[in-house]
Amino acid sequence: MSSVRSAPPAAPPRAPAPARPDAPRARPRPLRLGRGDRLFLTVIVGVPLLALLVFVWLPALASVGLSFTSWDGIEPSDIRWVGLDNYQEIFTNYPPFWPAVQHNVIWLLFTALLPTPFGIFLAYQLDRKIRFTRFYQTAIFLPMVLSLAVVGFIWEIIYNPDNGLLNGVLNGAAPGHHIDWLGDPDLNLWAVLIASAWRHTGYIMILYLAGLKGFDPALKEAASLDGANGRQTFLRVVFPALKPVNIIILVVTVMESLRAFDIVYVLGGGVGSKPGMELLSLLITDNIIGESSHIGYGSALAVVLLIVSLLAIGTFLAQTFRKEDQ
Amino acid sequence: MTMQSRILSPVTDPSRRTVVRGTLGVGAAALAAPLLTACGGGPSADPKTVTFGSNGADATPKSAYAAVTSAFTKDSGLKVKTNTVDHDTFQKSISTYLQGTPDDVFTWFAGYRMQYFAKKGLARPLDDVWDTIGSGFSDAAKQLSKGEDGKYYFVPLYNYPWAVFYRKSVFKERGYEPPRTWSEFTALAKQMKKDGLSPIASGYGGGDSWSILGAFDYLNLRANGYDFHMSLMRGEVSWTDRRTSRTLDLWRELSPYYQQGAGGRSWQDAAQSLLDKKSGMAVIGLFLGQQITDEKLRADIDFFAFPEIDAAHGQDTVEAPTDGFMLSRKPKNEKGAARLLEFLGSAQAENLYMGADPSNVAVHSAADTGSYNALQKKSAELIASAKHITQFGDRDSDPGFVSTVVLPGLAQWLGHPDDGSALLKKIESQRSRFFTA
Repeated sequence: MSSVRSAPPAAPPRAPAPARPDAPRARPRPLRLGRGDRLFLTVIVGVPLLALLVFVWLPALASVGLSFTSWDGIEPSDIRWVGLDNYQEIFTNYPPFWPAVQHNVIWLLFTALLPTPFGIFLAYQLDRKIRFTRFYQTAIFLPMVLSLAVVGFIWEIIYNPDNGLLNGVLNGAAPGHHIDWLGDPDLNLWAVLIASAWRHTGYIMILYLAGLKGFDPALKEAASLDGANGRQTFLRVVFPALKPVNIIILVVTVMESLRAFDIVYVLGGGVGSKPGMELLSLLITDNIIGESSHIGYGSALAVVLLIVSLLAIGTFLAQTFRKEDQ
Repeated sequence: MTMQSRILSPVTDPSRRTVVRGTLGVGAAALAAPLLTACGGGPSADPKTVTFGSNGADATPKSAYAAVTSAFTKDSGLKVKTNTVDHDTFQKSISTYLQGTPDDVFTWFAGYRMQYFAKKGLARPLDDVWDTIGSGFSDAAKQLSKGEDGKYYFVPLYNYPWAVFYRKSVFKERGYEPPRTWSEFTALAKQMKKDGLSPIASGYGGGDSWSILGAFDYLNLRANGYDFHMSLMRGEVSWTDRRTSRTLDLWRELSPYYQQGAGGRSWQDAAQSLLDKKSGMAVIGLFLGQQITDEKLRADIDFFAFPEIDAAHGQDTVEAPTDGFMLSRKPKNEKGAARLLEFLGSAQAENLYMGADPSNVAVHSAADTGSYNALQKKSAELIASAKHITQFGDRDSDPGFVSTVVLPGLAQWLGHPDDGSALLKKIESQRSRFFTA
């Protein structure tokens, strides 16, 4: 709150209570807050701040601290300092770690290259007031409304090796084919990615559609007067003009990829990492939740993920804001 | 740190326990654990009520436990408040559950898995209870109920053997004989394949990868004997040992006979393929019977002990996991909990339970075996004739080691069973992380 009160008077006067006509002032002064206002501000800023500290930053820092220890999560007195051992183990001698990193990268690339552009494409098409557009919107957005557990169940039914929809269809086309979609370690990641894309596309579509609804049609008109075709209009006019929405979509895509967990967990049977479907988030829960937990080891994994996330988001934000400043 | 919010999402049942589990996300464990411990005493200690934490969420065990607890209420006048949680969720959250405000008495498993929590001080010794119930149990059952410190921590209820199950009518139609040795076993599997059956029903998809441990345990027990198996499970010998690679070699010999698409199938579906006569055999526990919906079918199911591989070990070991009860470390109603445990350790409780769930075998020596079906009788004989009884892969070993290292490794290998030594090296590289602490 201090920043609110000690804002330097020279700062651009961003509407500090428009000066009343009956008490004109030479120049706008920082607003003096009454006691009630101050109390109100304290509560409205302080409570969330406290919650943020206690529920986000303290656990985050505790995780960082615990990542240098070895602990089974039972008696706090058993916490043993091991320095960088956990990290060294993870990087050099933890078989699922590098596959997990690889899968996270695949996840990010896949999501960024397929369902995200596809969602944008769908949004653009639906925005052109085609017939039944409401119906299409609802249909494509529907997966986003479902709980992830339900999404998992739906795809489990599709992928079931014995009586699943997919194998049934394949069998009709080419009898004798029996594909173990979720059991084969070379295949299951892609099967899960499809399920995740099914959901992600609708999400991106609705975000982009919202952006398109606010788009000034005059710009499009101008483009067509200049003789631009549909593709040119989208790439040169609409897409650049929707930059704020694009940024949101990029952030959403990166975040969704890094925190990918639930659908893999559900389709993997709810037991943590499965061969072929290891992800950093699953390795963390593998080590922390369970009958014999390795809090220190799991925390070290969590810190690795935290650093990766911060790097990704940080780089992106820095890039964006630098351009904005220019 | 977005992780914390995600951990909760796959859990559909918003019970107290899952909330606790969610709170104990990444780093929150450090904060929450002492807090939860502090309120461990609990506010209301109703002397007329005992709380009971049950993992029997399926219809059959649920009604069986209800029959037992209501009989206890009639018997003692004490109310039992049962808190039922899904089986897998119960297991996964057991550690946080026991540190929080657990129920007075809770369902658990015998073996290393029980001893681990006893050693960590998360369960209370039961020597007084055993003074009362001890006479009803064999020495083997007593041994099974003790922690590493020699005190009792566990009251057994039932067990069930693992074996090779088949349908009598299929064997009769095709003229198959139950095999006794490894060569007979593989020859039979080969014949079945020729006859168009999946020789060995197999399903370890989703959360069912534990079910492959039955085959691993038996192969290792038959090839290398009880002592080696137990040392391996307890992390005392190297996984790259020549003997372990032999176990994998044997397994590879069997793998072409496994039902296809096993990695994506549940054990229930695998069991169903046996009942539907699509598969010839299944390496599974007696709980296979829970899959039977048509009671007439039960009489057509039979099993044989896992075949002999090395004559030196014969078929001397039976895998028979034992389920039962433990007492939490700070029960709110200690006297009532002790009375409940005494009741649970009686023949009467076992009879009540078995009346509702006939896919298990009672442990109490005075339990009524007259109403056993043929499978139960044969199971009891098999267990009684065994020289050694093992629990199960994930009960005889550190459960974290098995679930995060051994199981994913074996499941992956079983998909393409070729280079066993690479897998064993991988498992071995993680052993010290779990067993030296």
